[in-house]
Amino acid sequence: MYGERVIEPTFELAAYGRWAVMRVNGEIDMATAPRLRQHVQNVTSRGPDGLVLDLDGVDFIDSTGLGVMVGAAKRMRVADGLLRIVCSQPHLNELFELTRLSEVFDLYETLEDALGDVPRDSLDDGTPSQLGAP
Amino acid sequence: MSDVEIEIPPTFDHLAMVRSVLSHALSAERVLKAERIHDLRLAVSEATTNAIEAHADANSSESVKVRVSVDDDAVRVVIVDRGTGFDPAKLKPHPPVTDPERLEFERGLGVTLMKRLTDECIIDSGNNGTTVTLVMHR
Repeated sequence: MYGERVIEPTFELAAYGRWAVMRVNGEIDMATAPRLRQHVQNVTSRGPDGLVLDLDGVDFIDSTGLGVMVGAAKRMRVADGLLRIVCSQPHLNELFELTRLSEVFDLYETLEDALGDVPRDSLDDGTPSQLGAP
Repeated sequence: MSDVEIEIPPTFDHLAMVRSVLSHALSAERVLKAERIHDLRLAVSEATTNAIEAHADANSSESVKVRVSVDDDAVRVVIVDRGTGFDPAKLKPHPPVTDPERLEFERGLGVTLMKRLTDECIIDSGNNGTTVTLVMHR
């Protein structure tokens, strides 16, 4: 009757110069947020200049997921790095506004916008390269 | 729409099922606009998360109960746990977003979201558990 498949989250990681881009897909809640936190910690421990979290593939996120992003912002700030979030979904942006986290995070409509001022000099063709699973 | 009752073991991997049942039940009957269903879905997920945590804190394996009812005026979702309760008035607010200390707080937005995303959020909590009633006017 209610046979909707649960959307397990996936995390795709790519390098873009000295930046990391993580595309998050699926649902982030108390059950799945620990996985997101672990992936973020793995990436930030490598010391990138910046991290872009692309949330356009996220179907659902709760306060736990928002908390993971607060933690990511803190880790990047401590390391003198930058965190940028890509989000064009109205309901996610509403969530950032409601919690006023829109004033904490650097939010972008597209990945191209988020990477607009990022040097590409370490890459041949300027396109993100796969780093493999985080 | 007849009432929908969901009983789940107190584990977080059942949250997605609760959201799915709620969305399907309300979407099929078209009792709320899609964006209102989305808001209620998040609020219910937050309340159910807190209920599951309350059972974990109380070392209880009892089910958490979620009941959805609809009448002419409103959709009501009641989430019941048998934890040890809490005082919502004693929840500490986060530092202002302009304060660097804000980044020290990864948790604590759940009740705020429940209140802001619904038309009514009633929390009745005591030593024998907590009942959260979330209401969306039609």
